[in-house]
Amino acid sequence: MPAKYHIHTHPARPRFRPVGKFGIVDWREDCASCHNCVKRACAYGFYREEADTLHDEIGYLDYIYQCKGCLSCVQDCTKGILTRIVNPEYKRIGDAYYTPAILLATWYQADTGRIPVSGAGYGGPFTGSGFDSMWTDMSEIVRPTRDGIHGREYINTSVDIGRKNDHLIFENGNLIPSPPLVVSPLPILFEAVPERWLREPIPAAVSKAAAQLELFSVVRSNGIPADLSVTKDNIIPLLDGVAALSDETFASASMVMIPDRPLIGADVAALKERNPEQIVAIRLDASPDTAKRAVELAGKGVEVLHLVFDSHGREIAPVKPRHARDVIREVHGALVKAGTRDQITIIVSGGIAQAEHMAKAIICGADLVAIDIPLMIALECRLCGECDRGERCQIALEEIDPQFAIERMINLMGAWHSQLLELMGAMGIREVRRLRGEVGRCMFFEDLEREIFAPLFGTRREGSVTI
Amino acid sequence: MSASTINKPVQNAATEEFLDRPEYARVTRDVKPMPPRYRNELGKFRVHRSSECKQCGRCVEVCRYGVHNRPDGYRLIIRPFDYRCIGPDCEKTDTCCLKTCPQNALSLTTNPVFETLGDYRWTPELITSTWQMAETGHAPGQGRECETGASGGGFDRIRLRFPATPPADLRPEDISTEIHLNRRNDSRQRLKIDVPWYGGGMSFGSTSINAILSRARSAKAWNTLTCTGEGGYVDRLIPYADYVITQVATGLFGVREETIQRAPVVEFKYAQGAKPGLGGHLLGDKNTPPVAAMREAVVGVPLFSPFPFHSVYSIEDHKKHIDWIAHVNPRALISAKVSTPADVDMVAVGSYYAGVHIVHLDGSYGGTGAAPNIAKKNIAMPIEYGISRVHRFLVAEGIRDAVTVIASGGIRNPYDIVKSIALGADGVVIGTAEVVALGCIRCGNCESGCGCPRGITTTAAGYCDRISIDWGTQRLINLYNAWREMLVDILCRLGVESVAALRGRTDLLYHLDYEPE
Repeated sequence: MPAKYHIHTHPARPRFRPVGKFGIVDWREDCASCHNCVKRACAYGFYREEADTLHDEIGYLDYIYQCKGCLSCVQDCTKGILTRIVNPEYKRIGDAYYTPAILLATWYQADTGRIPVSGAGYGGPFTGSGFDSMWTDMSEIVRPTRDGIHGREYINTSVDIGRKNDHLIFENGNLIPSPPLVVSPLPILFEAVPERWLREPIPAAVSKAAAQLELFSVVRSNGIPADLSVTKDNIIPLLDGVAALSDETFASASMVMIPDRPLIGADVAALKERNPEQIVAIRLDASPDTAKRAVELAGKGVEVLHLVFDSHGREIAPVKPRHARDVIREVHGALVKAGTRDQITIIVSGGIAQAEHMAKAIICGADLVAIDIPLMIALECRLCGECDRGERCQIALEEIDPQFAIERMINLMGAWHSQLLELMGAMGIREVRRLRGEVGRCMFFEDLEREIFAPLFGTRREGSVTI
Repeated sequence: MSASTINKPVQNAATEEFLDRPEYARVTRDVKPMPPRYRNELGKFRVHRSSECKQCGRCVEVCRYGVHNRPDGYRLIIRPFDYRCIGPDCEKTDTCCLKTCPQNALSLTTNPVFETLGDYRWTPELITSTWQMAETGHAPGQGRECETGASGGGFDRIRLRFPATPPADLRPEDISTEIHLNRRNDSRQRLKIDVPWYGGGMSFGSTSINAILSRARSAKAWNTLTCTGEGGYVDRLIPYADYVITQVATGLFGVREETIQRAPVVEFKYAQGAKPGLGGHLLGDKNTPPVAAMREAVVGVPLFSPFPFHSVYSIEDHKKHIDWIAHVNPRALISAKVSTPADVDMVAVGSYYAGVHIVHLDGSYGGTGAAPNIAKKNIAMPIEYGISRVHRFLVAEGIRDAVTVIASGGIRNPYDIVKSIALGADGVVIGTAEVVALGCIRCGNCESGCGCPRGITTTAAGYCDRISIDWGTQRLINLYNAWREMLVDILCRLGVESVAALRGRTDLLYHLDYEPE
């Protein structure tokens, strides 16, 4: 048995005050100045020293960022002058998909490298859109997986990237070598850093973090960091131009990526001619035609397909774009039907915001996912978009210590890795490769409604609100 | 090392006296008002009395809800109990304090804390109405939402179909709410509980001893059950032994011959709805010396229970497991607590054929003292689906009447109970509702530091004392009474004469998102 893949995490305290959800405010004019103020009894110590630091602005403002919201002080105050509020800044961070809650959870993981744990049952909505309308399965008794958190048996999270022949091929009685494959120890690639964050030292830090984790990072061919090598540092150059296609610097990369276009076969052939051991991935924007195109390309011997969704996990379509959940299932199903699914590797990016999305995208039929925004959130980004408006970055991303940035991204991946193990452990699946397209190991909202509720209640109304 | 020496540190002078004096264990189901234990109870509204007040006492006279009070012998009116205020609706009546005050000294505002309270499942309305039931022992008044949350699916979109004219001869006092737990017709006791719910497992370690004892005492008062959870059988529970389920979970904490033998029901916890497929988890800070002694562990070390039972890798092993307990205690009923995977119906049938009396399904939104958020949200299906799938399968298999199906994981109020039973369960298990009655606000910090600062899910000495056993017991007895009254009222309006007759009556339900055919 090979050594376990383990991600060593180290606490990396944030550079900026994280935005907390709750804060306690008071109407001080009614304050009786009790010597035994209830804030001194704060179980978490956050408000304990408030009296001493009251006039020290930094100390005072800190409270709103750390309060755990247990309401003990609010309910015990002699005069009843304390109130809990939701931090207005909390409501402003993130966006509709990358919600404030996801940002906070990602920050915690990047800080500590640990899985977010909490008490009390789940308090969220019954179901939601996209990945939120899936539940993963678990196995009640018979399951060959793990023994407590510390004594986990071996759960393999590595995936192969490349083309796999479904049978041995001989030519003149000689075995033809199998096509090249690379192995990623996690079903994750680091996606090319989006425009918005293309500032030194971010791209280099992303690639270095990937290399340290033995993962691959996609980098636009015109932006390969000077001090990194495409071969040694697991970089997948994204060759997005005619010049890049013939650039000899990329000949030695174990994998390159090219955007899809008509008659792409010639480009692939030329690259293969130059280096037969190089894997060529084709990148295409997900759209209603993706399944058809995927079957076509797989039939032509393409090794890897990278489906790109928008940042909220939607395909590019003029009306009612579908979520990645449905598109991946369609592509996977079409390839299975065509008999070519096992030969091609499918990468999915866009809308992978949390560890659970990675597992769910794989269940829907992806081999692995590529992520970008979660890595930027790990660097404390709040998705405020000030940079797009030409304003100064709130978290001064340009000044970040590259080593610190790498540490934060490694921590995040450590937490994601552990969470993937949690889900797979519960499912009783030992191999992430076996999770691919394994929809029997999950439950879709609409299926459960149809099978269980429809016979009882009738026909589900179209467009009925779920949240 | 004998059991008594291991348990030694748990006992102090007070507990030994407790064991020696069984009258301490006496408890009745009488309702007594039990006000909240915080000075500022939270409600939807705030009533402010300004310095214009001349203490004339008109407000005390008019208010029907007990907002304004001048206790006997007091000259001044005390600060308003504004959590009892029903808000602007009151202004339409003659008993509104705002209109009555000659000084215009009273003002009404919404309470900003209220909006920050709760979540989709336990909305602020549900939390405060549960508090009100625990305080008064009766259904919350009109205008109080106590039926559904805002999760947008399952129970929250299912409604009861009340007939236009219920049978006139059905009287509330004739309605039976009891359920039988042994349907196998074997040699074991015919256990019957007076209400169709019992308490779920909360371990010593995750929950404060005062909360545990409060639950046990209210279970005794109402002739129902509570459960030890995984943390062992505390000696102070012995006076209530006939009402306490011993849980056998994968960590096997506190599983001994004597704890198995004294239990009316022994529950195997195969999985827990909040974290199906994962073992129990007690964080290090909550592992205090008494907890560690009970669990035979080292103080301060986080305790992970394995998953699954490593003695059970097949249905045959499961049978062997059950036989083991059945032989140790020939009186006890056997319950298997499982969560809700896709094949939950097969799990239920397998459990039945292996010999259990109770199949306990714990849905994915059940409570926990600590669980990875990813597990709470994503693993296994909500209980609403699980109940229906299991019920139908057991009916088709012809064994539905030979096994008791108990549902848990998101049962918040009597409406959820009625919906669960109508979907096909025999009864339910509750947990979160009980801790809410004890003052939980679902902040989710049960796992951090030394646990709950509100004294519910903690083992730290200073915090445990925030709930007294008498207060906790009465709050739960009140809650149970309110629930039973509401349950009887619902059954009356539905025209169903007993909880047993309600089972599987899906014709009494409809779903807001469905067009009936």
